[in-house]
Amino acid sequence: MIKYDRFELANGLRVLVHEDASTPMVVVNVLYDVGARDEDPKRTGFAHLFEHLMFGGSVHIEDFETPLQLAGGENNAYTTNDFTNYYIQLPAENIETAFWLESDRMLSLAFSEKSLEVQRKVVMEEFKEHYINKPYGDVWFKMRELAYKQHPYRWMTIGSKLSHIEEAKLEDVKEFFFKYYRPANAILVVAGKVTTDQVRALAEKWFGDIPSGVKYVRRLPNEPKQHEARKLTVKAPVPLDALYKCYPMAARVDPGYYVADLLTEVLGSGASSRLHQSLIKEKKLFSQIECYHTGSNDPGLVVIEGKLIKGVSMEAADQAVEEELEKLKAAPIAEKELTKVKNKTESAIVFEDMSVMNRANSLAIYELLGDVNMMNTELQKYQAVTADEMLEASRSIFDPLNSNTLYYYSEK
Amino acid sequence: MGVQTIKSILDRTIAPPIKDAIEFDLTLPPYRRHVLSNGIEVYAIDLGNVEAMMVTWIFYAGNSFEKKKGVAAAVNSLLKNGTSKRKAFDINEHFEYYGAYLNRAAHHETAEMTLHCLNKHVGELLPVVAELVTDSVFPVEELDIYKKNAQQRLQVSLKKSDFVATRLIDAYLYGPEHPYGRYMQLEDYQQLEREDLLAFYHQYYQEGTCRILVAGKLPEDIIPRLEASFGSLTIHAPQKGVSLPAPAIIPAAEKRYQIANDPNGVQGSIRIARNFPNRHHPDFQRVQVLNNVFGGFFGSRLMANIREDKGYTYGIYSYLVNNMQESALMISTEAGKEVCAPAITEVYKEMDLLREELIDEEELQMARNFAIGTILGDLDGPFQVASRWKNILLNGLDGDYFKEGVRIIKTIGPEELRELARKYLRPEEFFELVVV
Repeated sequence: MIKYDRFELANGLRVLVHEDASTPMVVVNVLYDVGARDEDPKRTGFAHLFEHLMFGGSVHIEDFETPLQLAGGENNAYTTNDFTNYYIQLPAENIETAFWLESDRMLSLAFSEKSLEVQRKVVMEEFKEHYINKPYGDVWFKMRELAYKQHPYRWMTIGSKLSHIEEAKLEDVKEFFFKYYRPANAILVVAGKVTTDQVRALAEKWFGDIPSGVKYVRRLPNEPKQHEARKLTVKAPVPLDALYKCYPMAARVDPGYYVADLLTEVLGSGASSRLHQSLIKEKKLFSQIECYHTGSNDPGLVVIEGKLIKGVSMEAADQAVEEELEKLKAAPIAEKELTKVKNKTESAIVFEDMSVMNRANSLAIYELLGDVNMMNTELQKYQAVTADEMLEASRSIFDPLNSNTLYYYSEK
Repeated sequence: MGVQTIKSILDRTIAPPIKDAIEFDLTLPPYRRHVLSNGIEVYAIDLGNVEAMMVTWIFYAGNSFEKKKGVAAAVNSLLKNGTSKRKAFDINEHFEYYGAYLNRAAHHETAEMTLHCLNKHVGELLPVVAELVTDSVFPVEELDIYKKNAQQRLQVSLKKSDFVATRLIDAYLYGPEHPYGRYMQLEDYQQLEREDLLAFYHQYYQEGTCRILVAGKLPEDIIPRLEASFGSLTIHAPQKGVSLPAPAIIPAAEKRYQIANDPNGVQGSIRIARNFPNRHHPDFQRVQVLNNVFGGFFGSRLMANIREDKGYTYGIYSYLVNNMQESALMISTEAGKEVCAPAITEVYKEMDLLREELIDEEELQMARNFAIGTILGDLDGPFQVASRWKNILLNGLDGDYFKEGVRIIKTIGPEELRELARKYLRPEEFFELVVV
């Protein structure tokens, strides 16, 4: 049970406090309700590039890192398709430094031309490092375009192409900032050795006078229901053939999310999962195979991906995966297997919540989802899932007419 | 109105006052040491408020002990792939049924098994871990799958310039025959035989040297439980006076390397490294402070110059390699193919500056405070504390090493750091490698 207090400032900034006196540290987490899904299709990668610019100096503070490091703090940030999250961890005594830094960059960035110029290059190197200079690095660019036709999940957080990042202009940066980076669109979480009274006073002092901004109302196109099996074949200079399949699943707050999550555990998480046991160990068709889901706020994807043993044909490997899916759809899973995946989920939640930083991050995400108390009811929702619900969900998710299949061939 | 007045005088250009790192009192929470009937030492760290724990079994069974390349890693990986009573599937299913993770890792000197589980399930899990330590059978079929899959994984890794660079630089630093510099080729996997694994397992696990580290909000009966499962096994404690193997280190004669790995590569993996003494050398913890300023964190000089000013890379770091026999000072980055040369030039320029000029007080204070803040954050939680102790104990050090490290961070001065830079940051002593 994670305890928290919640209040809002007059400018709409939502504030959550999680007190934990057992640590000498405090975490200050600021989440902005904007991600790659909010981007213009002609300027993808912008939310993430913007995240880099948030470290390039704010209106009153030229350098973000130095004062934080002087205060013994460290920080980082990440951007997803759904949101952008910034976090600082520092000794509790120095908490006010974090408020000073975070509030000033919420008030306004410095909008430095030099910072934009350098970070464009840095992000382009990040793009190369993770998506061009790696075997199979382009898979998700192709897979997202195959699986999504309308919804902006069809592009990657890093952006769909290098040129979009190259072309970013300072006007775009300013416009983006004043549209999304406003108190009305942000969630502040403070966790660790701190009290709610202390946070209330500090939040009023540092964030209270920041103009609220206009609350951004998201209107994204819904992805239409898929009605045909989609297939794509790629050849690339990689050493092994690889098979990727994905299927649309429920949105994060939908009850179907929990069922789909457990299904991915049954199929492909851990060495006793079905795909591992059947296709790596028994049939020896794959050297690696896993099943997971993208876990996104809007309807996501269940993914099966594996690397084929040399000499195995793509069709035979695909067929064997299909057979496992058919087995799942044919009969309810045994009680023992269901208990196993629930126990694994319970453990995963407990271990994740051990760190204050993760707790702060989770509180922000559940607040973003609309109900921060979800954090405390997740486990019950998993535990309530029945074998019949799993059976039903497997039949609707793994309908062949929902499938997106990528044959990624080694070009030799 | 009072609030209004305060707001109007809020001066955002002035940083709030901070408590300085020097004033923080850092103490590494102690362990309790227990000895099982067979002499096995258990180091217990009882901390935290979550009903979960971690148990690590540390064997001296790393690749320093193998006679054939790859045996140590194969044994470690296949420990849970079959005993005389259970098949691989049953073992995996057992741990996963109780929501537990049993990870294995083989290093140069040591090889480990680490169990993470909820306290309520530990009783179902320890006896099975004991079974893996005493009764693994390494079925031929499991070994065949391991060999094939490991080869396939290696084929993919060999396409990555960073993977290739990491292997090569170690071979230059320590020599291709040394356990630190030795690496697997595809054909090496063919040579692995079940008999090799069984012999290694017998010598280094069943009758091997072991220590146990346990951390978390520990249940009261944890020691009796460990005694029941491990107290009568034939594993033994490290013997006094028996030292670890220390094979000859033969660095390469040539210092500069350009390797073409992938004709389609758009980035180069740069490694610049020199040999460096191990943790027992008095300069080790001093150079850690110098390294912080040089390339040890986001605010370091390498990052400020090569990423934040020039935009040549997504990230650049330097660090002291965590090896027992001999360390290395390593600089590592991936940079655009066309900017590798200027990036390397800047690395040497930063070395020159540290040798020539004194670090100013503010920068040093920043590096100090950052280091102290990191340790403070790092001591937060039983697993992190356990990992600090593990490093100290395995390197044959004690709690004073930690205290001395904190003292050095708090007191080392600019002159001493410049002396260290003059001693160790000499470009001509570094290996330099670019893999594209």
